[in-house]
Amino acid sequence: MSMTEQVRLLQGNEACAEGALYAGCRFFAGYPITPATEIAEYLALHLPKRGGVCLQMEDEIASMGAAIGASLGGCKSLTATSGPGFSLKQEGIGYACLTEVPCVIVDVMRGGPSTGFPTGSSQSDIMQARWGTHGDHPVICLTPSSVQEIFYETIRAFNLSEKFRTPVIVAFDEIIGHTREKITMPAPGSVEVVNRLLPTVPPEKYKPYDAAGSPVPDVPPLAPFGTGYRFHVTGLNHRKDGFPTNDGRLIQEEEERLLRKVSRHSREIIKYEEYRLDDAEVAVVSYGATARSAWRAVKMAREAGIKAGGFRIITMWPFPEERILNIAKSVKGIVVPEMNLGQVVYEVERCSKGKTAVLGIGRVDAEPIVPGLIFDSLNKMLNKKAISRKNF
Amino acid sequence: MSFNYEEYIRKGTLPHIWCAGCGHGILMKSIIRAIAKLEIDKNKIAVVSGIGCVSRMTGYLDFNTLHTTHGRAITFATGLKMVKHDMTVILVCGDGDAVAIGGNHFIHACRRNIDLTMIVANNYIYGMTGGQVAPTTPIADISTTTPYGNIDREFDICRLAEGAGATFVARTTSFHSAQMDQLIVQAIKHKGFSVVDVIDSCWTVYGRRNKFKDHVAMLEWQRDIALPLKAAERMKPEDIKGKILTGIFCSKEAPEYVEEYRKLQERARGGTPGQPQYEQSSGHL
Repeated sequence: MSMTEQVRLLQGNEACAEGALYAGCRFFAGYPITPATEIAEYLALHLPKRGGVCLQMEDEIASMGAAIGASLGGCKSLTATSGPGFSLKQEGIGYACLTEVPCVIVDVMRGGPSTGFPTGSSQSDIMQARWGTHGDHPVICLTPSSVQEIFYETIRAFNLSEKFRTPVIVAFDEIIGHTREKITMPAPGSVEVVNRLLPTVPPEKYKPYDAAGSPVPDVPPLAPFGTGYRFHVTGLNHRKDGFPTNDGRLIQEEEERLLRKVSRHSREIIKYEEYRLDDAEVAVVSYGATARSAWRAVKMAREAGIKAGGFRIITMWPFPEERILNIAKSVKGIVVPEMNLGQVVYEVERCSKGKTAVLGIGRVDAEPIVPGLIFDSLNKMLNKKAISRKNF
Repeated sequence: MSFNYEEYIRKGTLPHIWCAGCGHGILMKSIIRAIAKLEIDKNKIAVVSGIGCVSRMTGYLDFNTLHTTHGRAITFATGLKMVKHDMTVILVCGDGDAVAIGGNHFIHACRRNIDLTMIVANNYIYGMTGGQVAPTTPIADISTTTPYGNIDREFDICRLAEGAGATFVARTTSFHSAQMDQLIVQAIKHKGFSVVDVIDSCWTVYGRRNKFKDHVAMLEWQRDIALPLKAAERMKPEDIKGKILTGIFCSKEAPEYVEEYRKLQERARGGTPGQPQYEQSSGHL
């Protein structure tokens, strides 16, 4: 392998697979589903060459289970799917949250609910990513906007998953999943790759859920199976030693630590990009492919004399609450375009605490939200009479 | 000389959750004896279970233990085995866990012939939830969800496993603990997917609703109804009716999944993708 960076033309799904390989992923299990299948196909070709394993399992649930099992064997693991498969994986995602097993789940979003529009793009799994599995649980979900960013965010997903011992979801719309763009692949070793914490205590002292003294607060080290650390993993609420408990006090303590594990590190996890927001009177909050239209819309608005700015969510969960509130305090309105009928817009409303007007633009006809549509809404927010270019 | 089980049971995890008269304890001790006989390093054993009464066994055993979600134990075990070739991976599942909610995983693990040992504690009922009909409950039996008698035909787990491609399939009962030891030893030693169907007894929520006086009566019933396969071969079909066939249903060699995958990795490293050269096609049954 070349030790220098490489420029390639890749599809978003392929860039995701490359990001996983770069991050050290050596196990993939999946099930064919449009529009995510290329990730499995790419890894079927490349993982075995690197000594890795790529399995096509009997269903989505099995793929999720296999990824968790492989991760417990100490191997960085990935599964990839789309809406219907993402629904099926929720059981396993919850298990990985509670048992604190690192793994990455990619969801290439298509129209729904149900079988919906398999080849149509969508951004409608944002709330499923947050609340798809039952019970209170921490969630990290990343929403990249370009092929290049899919590559880097997939690496970051593995890093966060390993560091915080929790499943991480990478959710992107079919548009960028299937867009081919130029990407620069960094030289091996030039981008940080994080591996999970291993126990430093001898096996007889090891407690798989005891975070005391851990270099990452609230994150206990995880020993791979088969290395002398014989411990128990269960989806039942458990004590620090891993064994089931019915003690409500312990259950509450552990659940709170589980949430705190992500919340106390949220500054490190949250990532976003801003565009001409400093003096903005109106803002557009967006993510994924829609953010690319939003940037263009901001440009159009500026050309028309409207002080518009853009905020692009890269870490969807945990949500950038504080920053949204600050923006809400400084603008006359926020527009939230998304390829669904209202998901992130309600989060923006919640975080704005009534400090500004929030307008959602929803579209589920599988067509992208084009800049003109966003421009019109920015305009409407300010009651200006500039004319849209109507280029959608 | 008495066998020392303590070496294999985690201190402080007992008493177990199982009812008096339950067969799961017999099974657990048999698994321990089998592992002891094979002298496998405890650090290299993983026991994986799903959800149900017997699945709680993983908590008591001093190995690498994984208590997964309902029906999915095989999937977790598959991922683990694929990255930890040197580990002996044993599955302990109930009948509903194995062939109802986990039925799809079950047949596909048989098909893949991956080197896992699956022990099914088959007590004909959903015990943990209080006695609902299972895919193994005999016709006409009473359960809480079949108060007028079960009309669903039952699965024969051994025939199902064999038909789906498992390469070692055997059955015993919780009465026949010596045979159980032998079969579990053979199943673990077998390279490929092995299934041991253990006819187990749940008097609390199955037996007492189905004309068994007590749990001893259930063991006596297992003793009386079990018919070794070899003996059955010499009998007329009408004489076999109503019996539970025990022994080894099949034991054969076939390409094992982990090994085949390692060969695939070698081919991948060699360059271009393509078909492997099998001496004999394993397909098109």
